[in-house]
Amino acid sequence: MSTAVVASAASGRAQRMQAIRNGMLLVVTILLVWQGLYLWIGDIALASPLATVRYAARLLASDTFYPHLRDTMIAFVAGYALAVVLGLAIGFWLGFHRLSGEVMEPMVVAVYSLPKVTLYPILLLAFGLGISAKIAFGTLHGVIPIILFTLAAVRNIKPILLKTGRTLKLTPLQTVRSILFPATLPEIFTGLRVGFSLTLIGTLLAEMFASQRGLGFLLMNGIGLHNVEMIMAITLMIVVFAAAVSTLLLHIDHRLHQRL
Amino acid sequence: MTRLTIYRLLVVAAAIGTLEALCLAGAIDRITMQPPHEIARDFVRLLASGRMNGAIRKTLGNAAIAFGMALAAGVSFAALLHGMRALRATLDPLFATYYAVPVFAFYPFLIVVFGLGDVPQVLIGFMLAVVAVIVNTLNGLDRVPRVLVKTARVHRLGRLRMATAITLPFAAPYILTGVKLAVAYALIGVVGSEFIMSRGGLGYEISFAYTNFENATMYPLIVLILVISIALNAFLTAWEKRLLLRRGQR
Amino acid sequence: MTEAPHVTLRGVRKVFAGTGATSPVDALGPVDLDLAHGEFFAVVGPSGCGKSTLLEVIAGLTPVSEGTVAFEGKPVRGEVPDGVGVVFQEDASLPWLDVTANIAFGLRHSGLPADERERRVRRALELMGLVDFAGSYPAQLSGGMRQRVCIARTLVMEPRLILLDEPFGALDQQTRLLMGDELLRLWRTTGATVFLITHALDEAAMLADRIGVMSARPGRLIDAVETRWPRDRDSRIVEHAEFGAVTARLWKTLREESLKTLGAQMRST
Repeated sequence: MSTAVVASAASGRAQRMQAIRNGMLLVVTILLVWQGLYLWIGDIALASPLATVRYAARLLASDTFYPHLRDTMIAFVAGYALAVVLGLAIGFWLGFHRLSGEVMEPMVVAVYSLPKVTLYPILLLAFGLGISAKIAFGTLHGVIPIILFTLAAVRNIKPILLKTGRTLKLTPLQTVRSILFPATLPEIFTGLRVGFSLTLIGTLLAEMFASQRGLGFLLMNGIGLHNVEMIMAITLMIVVFAAAVSTLLLHIDHRLHQRL
Repeated sequence: MTRLTIYRLLVVAAAIGTLEALCLAGAIDRITMQPPHEIARDFVRLLASGRMNGAIRKTLGNAAIAFGMALAAGVSFAALLHGMRALRATLDPLFATYYAVPVFAFYPFLIVVFGLGDVPQVLIGFMLAVVAVIVNTLNGLDRVPRVLVKTARVHRLGRLRMATAITLPFAAPYILTGVKLAVAYALIGVVGSEFIMSRGGLGYEISFAYTNFENATMYPLIVLILVISIALNAFLTAWEKRLLLRRGQR
Repeated sequence: MTEAPHVTLRGVRKVFAGTGATSPVDALGPVDLDLAHGEFFAVVGPSGCGKSTLLEVIAGLTPVSEGTVAFEGKPVRGEVPDGVGVVFQEDASLPWLDVTANIAFGLRHSGLPADERERRVRRALELMGLVDFAGSYPAQLSGGMRQRVCIARTLVMEPRLILLDEPFGALDQQTRLLMGDELLRLWRTTGATVFLITHALDEAAMLADRIGVMSARPGRLIDAVETRWPRDRDSRIVEHAEFGAVTARLWKTLREESLKTLGAQMRST
């Protein structure tokens, strides 16, 4: 085996070690800055990292916390599932049907930059005050990137791949399974990854407005009670969850793109 | 007007037409939404009355401040970071995961620290916008070809002159992409924060109108924000296209 | 009486430091070289031998690891001296400026009065045949024309030493010959010293007063061929009886060095 291949494998490993080192260095730096700010500003406005983590642990152990966490999770998962189904369907249609894709794409992109929170009251009026409006809002956020990335993935399928399928006399189902799916997977996955994060943002945002349950509601509640520790503990949990999942998805995304 | 633009207008018209039909037929009741033609009428009335001028000024003003801060801080920080490879490598994971984290989750914390004035909203707008500027500026700076840097040295340009005469003009379209995102994010951040909890601004007015069942105020306000957002985005996209076209890129 | 050389290199070596992943690269040298005032000097050599590094060292774009470089009697260290112009291999036109603004780029901070600046730009446009494209943007021009814009931009500064790194590399053969003629014309008009890197032996043989042949990496000057052409030559010099002999001598030396480079490449895979 040539030295070049071995060298590149070793450098890939070295790069990953470097990336992990960088990540940990970043976390440590953030903790230090946080602690420094706490020492400077004081208890009235900030909680120290240690106090925050302890409060988070207490929350996770308490009975009153879980219903809210569960509510958020249900709304989030439902919203994401819906976003995936709708996003893939619409994205595939717009990708395959050239004219529709060209007409609609800029309009979908425009929705991306809207302060979608202003549309939330409409959803509340349409769906009522229950969990449906929350789910719809999360879906609204998550579906956009899934549509856009799926659209691009389908549109960018190299014609030669389709020709190969025809040459091999594959049925439509076989073509989808063995050619279209692997060819579009990396880019679609990026859309699913971004959609995941945006659905979470949408769900939390909805909860922060007109909700009596969920993590977003707890956060807003903390303002009235001036419970700094609770606000920071919940914020910390949300941030850690979002960052951890995002990093994992990024890693998978990276591997998928490398393959191609 | 291109064929595609005509199609898009037709799609929008069809959507509005469908809404109008559904409202008039009673499929959508008045409590949920009034017919589009009434929304248009209420929109004109609302703007003419001048009732919302204060809120408009507040929201746009705060968004502009958030944007301005993000642009200044973002470009400077990116320029600084560009030369410091170790620091940049450390911050890379932050930039990669930043937009996955719900920045709005920090809003309650900011309210507790700074009180319920304009500061938390501007900060949220800033926090949302600044990383887009940094990432895109870094991207533009990365793309400056080495031969142009060498050209600057052949012309004996000092570091500041090289930055203004070569680096920034080359990176401008990429920075403009960051600007486009920053404008949208600043507006989203400010309006979103006003909506969740604040004492004034368009987001606040929408939330107030909703809580008080004032559809005649609420829908026109929503339309207003949509119009502002779309107009800003369209303008910046056109500008970006012109810059890229001149360079032969699309 | 011999005049002092325009450019002097003594014992010049360049070693690129290794990073964590790569070992140090001994790229150039040791090189001794003198360029006379107004001389047209070409350098040929196998790929990777350090020709571009040599050019960058003379220009002051890269510091030497060992040895000295002097331009007009003064040492060259770390920055490009006044009076030196460089035309690079890659397209260095500024995409956001039109042709006129590109050419005028260096003059902006030169302190010259506006009418003198305009005069020089106009003359450069005429010399390089770009008058009809004065308002065009580089994206609208072919590769060859963009290179002409870069040459015009260099000329407008009236450099006393012009360094060119494979300026015609991306062009087709006919265009190269014509550009060669233009380069000779400019050389005569400006009276500058010209240092040209090229991988085309016939181009070097046709254009230069003297041709340096570089060895495989680390590049040293292993031969210098004097052509003794008349100053008012053009591409028709290829018909000259001596032209074949010059090219043959270049190839004889170069062939061995190129084989060494090729052998080294094959051994490493």
